[in-house]
Amino acid sequence: MALYSEKVMEHFRNPRNVGVIEDANGIGEVGNAKCGDIMKMYLKIEDDIIQDVKFETFGCGSAIASSSMATELIKGKPVAEAEKLTNQAVAEALDGLPAYKMHCSVLAEEAIHAALEDWRSRGKTE
Amino acid sequence: MIYADNAATTKMSQAALDTMVSVIQENYGNPSSLYSIGQQARETLEEARAAVAEVIGAQPREILFTSGGSEADNQAIRSAAEIGQKAGKKHIVSSAFEHHAVLHTLEKLKKEGFEVTLLDVHENGIVRPEEVEAAIREDTCLVTIMYANNEIGTIQPIREIGDICRKHGVLFHTDAVQAVGHIPINVAEDRIDLLSASAHKFHGPKGVGFLYARKGIRLTNLIEGGAQESGKRAGTENVPGIAAMAAALKEAAGQIEQNAAKTVQKRDRLIRGLSAIPHSALNGDAARRLPGNVNFCFEGIEGESLLLLLDDKGIEASSGSACTSGSLDPSHVLLAIGRVHDVAHGSLRLSIEGNLTDEEIDYMIRSVTEVVEYLRSFSPIWRDLESGKKPHIL
Repeated sequence: MALYSEKVMEHFRNPRNVGVIEDANGIGEVGNAKCGDIMKMYLKIEDDIIQDVKFETFGCGSAIASSSMATELIKGKPVAEAEKLTNQAVAEALDGLPAYKMHCSVLAEEAIHAALEDWRSRGKTE
Repeated sequence: MIYADNAATTKMSQAALDTMVSVIQENYGNPSSLYSIGQQARETLEEARAAVAEVIGAQPREILFTSGGSEADNQAIRSAAEIGQKAGKKHIVSSAFEHHAVLHTLEKLKKEGFEVTLLDVHENGIVRPEEVEAAIREDTCLVTIMYANNEIGTIQPIREIGDICRKHGVLFHTDAVQAVGHIPINVAEDRIDLLSASAHKFHGPKGVGFLYARKGIRLTNLIEGGAQESGKRAGTENVPGIAAMAAALKEAAGQIEQNAAKTVQKRDRLIRGLSAIPHSALNGDAARRLPGNVNFCFEGIEGESLLLLLDDKGIEASSGSACTSGSLDPSHVLLAIGRVHDVAHGSLRLSIEGNLTDEEIDYMIRSVTEVVEYLRSFSPIWRDLESGKKPHIL
């Protein structure tokens, strides 16, 4: 039996939305290098719609695949919908993750939420 | 496909395989039975014992067959601890980067009232004999230091440590699982009292190993039952496995110098090539290491993703990252030589054999270089390091 589902491997080998958005208006970074996972999400939000999303990840195969899947799930969606993203949704969309890798999907959820939080706080100050 | 994980396990040699199959088919008797086929199996068993003993410079009766290296480590340490306890000695000296078969046994003994001193292995991954001597106390019953480390391949000053132990009258055990069949070992010259080995690390089968215990050292049983192995290890002997182990070891020992010389050449070509990757570092001493061991840390990337992408390129390797161990901490070996967590997660071990071509070595160098570069291209840590937000460690 393989370690990961085909879907995880596919997203790991060909991650979607990799990179940086130079004029992002919401950025979230979670995790720490000590534990071996860091995810950074960049959002470009206009009219409460996530027009663009990109990520950078330091981590294992499932961390990279979870980041990729999370960006796919929220791209082009209204902010209100992105706010409801859960780690279960990310894991299910990847056809499941090994139990000890579920924290990777949690990080993806947290990274999106941190980026949305950043966007909201910018709105208040701007 | 390039198999570069020989420290994890090796492919069985043809000689070992042939021996194993022929024993299974034609020599299936129980060595404890008195009729001919039983006695034939007994003969095969004792021939294997003599062959193994000869390779390491021991007497046949000093060799006890086990299920592998872990069992041998457990039994060696348990036995020395029991001998020590009877003499009121409950202190053991070991090192911080031993195999878990040793470290976890020592942890258990601590719960039973033993004191354990784990020596520093320093940046180069080598125990200092003078520190072994300084750690020995009146109540020390055992020094256990591995012959060569399983992750970073560093070879320990075994003879010096053996001399010190003999001088102080302390038992000396060495986990030689990575060394046997790869570098010459002589238990008498090295002053080794107890030594553990595992067949599948030198092209023998899995599930077989041996414990050398110098004559006169009373062993403690881990498995109770019949009188096999001089009453020290119950259970019908794994005759096919043991015979195959002896065949593999004889073959490995017969060409040990030539093999080592060939492998060192390939290893050093690989080390030179990988050293050209920016912000990388070889783990462990460059010269005093096993012929086939290459172990690097690359800053800004994580080991598991590196392994998966190398697998896609047909290279099979291993890593000391947390994600490959299923725990949150990276390898205790890398931490013991002073690598910080961030860097230890980005480690790669390539354990090779001398039969690889220079082209294959160069392909490995190219592949690792490409994959490291690719993973760094979207690593937030690498971005911080390159932009100067955080200082480079390597």
